[in-house]
Amino acid sequence: MRYIEQEKVVRRMNGRMVVNRVFQGLFMFATALALLALVILLYRIVSQGAGHLSLDFLTNFASRFPDQAGIKAALVGSIWLMAVVAPTSILLGVGSAIYLEEYAIKGRITTFIQMNISNLAGVPSVVFGLLGLTIFVRALALGNSILAAGFTMSLLILPVIIVAAQEAIRSVPGELRDASYGMGATKWQTIVRIILPAAIPGILTGSILALSRAIGETAPLIVVGIPVIIQFLPEGVMDTFTALPMQIYDWSSRPQAEFQTVAAAGIIVLMVVLLFMNSIAVFIRNKFDKSY
Amino acid sequence: MNTATIKTKINTAQPTTVEQVEKESVYSTRQLNLWYGNNHALKNIDLEIGENEVTAIIGPSGCGKSTYLKTLNRMVELVPSVKTSGEIQYRGRNIFESSYGVEELRTRVGMVFQKPNPFPKSIYDNIAYGPRIHGIKNKKILDEIVEKSLRGAAIWDEVKDRLNENAYGISGGQQQRICIARTLAIEPDVILMDEPTSALDPISTLKIEELVQELKEQYSIIIVTHNMQQAARISDKTAFFLNGEVIEYDRTDTIFSNPADKRTEDYISGRFG
Repeated sequence: MRYIEQEKVVRRMNGRMVVNRVFQGLFMFATALALLALVILLYRIVSQGAGHLSLDFLTNFASRFPDQAGIKAALVGSIWLMAVVAPTSILLGVGSAIYLEEYAIKGRITTFIQMNISNLAGVPSVVFGLLGLTIFVRALALGNSILAAGFTMSLLILPVIIVAAQEAIRSVPGELRDASYGMGATKWQTIVRIILPAAIPGILTGSILALSRAIGETAPLIVVGIPVIIQFLPEGVMDTFTALPMQIYDWSSRPQAEFQTVAAAGIIVLMVVLLFMNSIAVFIRNKFDKSY
Repeated sequence: MNTATIKTKINTAQPTTVEQVEKESVYSTRQLNLWYGNNHALKNIDLEIGENEVTAIIGPSGCGKSTYLKTLNRMVELVPSVKTSGEIQYRGRNIFESSYGVEELRTRVGMVFQKPNPFPKSIYDNIAYGPRIHGIKNKKILDEIVEKSLRGAAIWDEVKDRLNENAYGISGGQQQRICIARTLAIEPDVILMDEPTSALDPISTLKIEELVQELKEQYSIIIVTHNMQQAARISDKTAFFLNGEVIEYDRTDTIFSNPADKRTEDYISGRFG
């Protein structure tokens, strides 16, 4: 006995096609909204701030006068900060991921660690600021230095990098591991020669996303005690500094209307730095990415 | 008085009524048991594998033949819940003893897998991987090893102008021969092959079967195969596995023409499996 009646199928077909189209439209609409928001944001920022961009802007320090206000201290400060955050978070993050994926015995303890790492990714950044204040600024007496802020930020983005790196390592096909072990390679040799090169594209994507978040976070910096206005450039990791998001926040909260323009210009500089970081990642990805 | 000397050539692929000189055992398996968790996958396996011959392992799906093969180079231990008991002697040394490093065993016993698995590197780097991890850095020596291995796998002429190309850019059959060359590059003593042609087309299969016949002069080969005709064609001895046990193990022609056990006969004639 047949259960599927052909006439019923034909009758229902139109309705099904309509539902299909409706949902396609809804999803496209959702995408369009997101894109629209992005386009409006970019347009507003660029149109407002582009006029203020100049060499002076990049080489001046902050000032009470909007036309003399420059972003030099904040830009250099952010670069110093990234110079501490990037190696710390990537080395710790990838190292943890390698341990969890390749060395740890899968059991209750590992599951527990895994759960905690995933949960940490959702903790508000302010909390990490408090953590950094207690441990790095006070207990280790690093003060409100680049090092203290850098370590704090590294902890903030560490869970994201660990998870991304784990995913990348997990996605390396088991048959490549089999081939390597089958020839008498040690675990370390297999990791360095086969697994890591194959996982680099995924690791880099996750790292750049994480670093992009770090460069824009303000709350932890405020709690750690990073100043907003400084009139000098840091010379070492123990010096204090200021960062792009803090400077931008300061400008945008000033009463003079001209400072909004200055803030917009600052945002453009921040976006350019982000783009630059992204392109480095894309470059390294392409070097390592041999397609499967 | 002159004595005449008669030179007799014994073709070892054919059965002779003269008592065969027992070849030295490459692998001696004694009372091997293996469990995947609670699943008793290998039961009291006793097997002697001979030197410089092709030993085929046949049997229906799930009978333990791949498991047994992977125990010979301890690759089965990559699965976390594996437990073993019993002994496997490789050239007189128990491979399970703690002083026998698993990496050392695997440089003497190479493995070719069912699905060709070259690394996402150039053909040259694939072959040079083995020598490099064992400390060989001299480019000239590596060049020689790469050529010798590719010739040994009968694929030198096809790829000699493409050594720096990615190994993923060649056909499946060629990739499998690259994997064989890669194994040859570590200069092993034994080569384990886990259904090496089951993912390949008939022509590549034939090329690899011919290769196996050539290789047995220098290496001892143990090949797991689903294809009974293949076992009959290329092997000297055949072991029939069923439900984790060795049912019968004998010269190939005996197994296929005059098996001692009814279950072997049923499997050979296609009544099950």
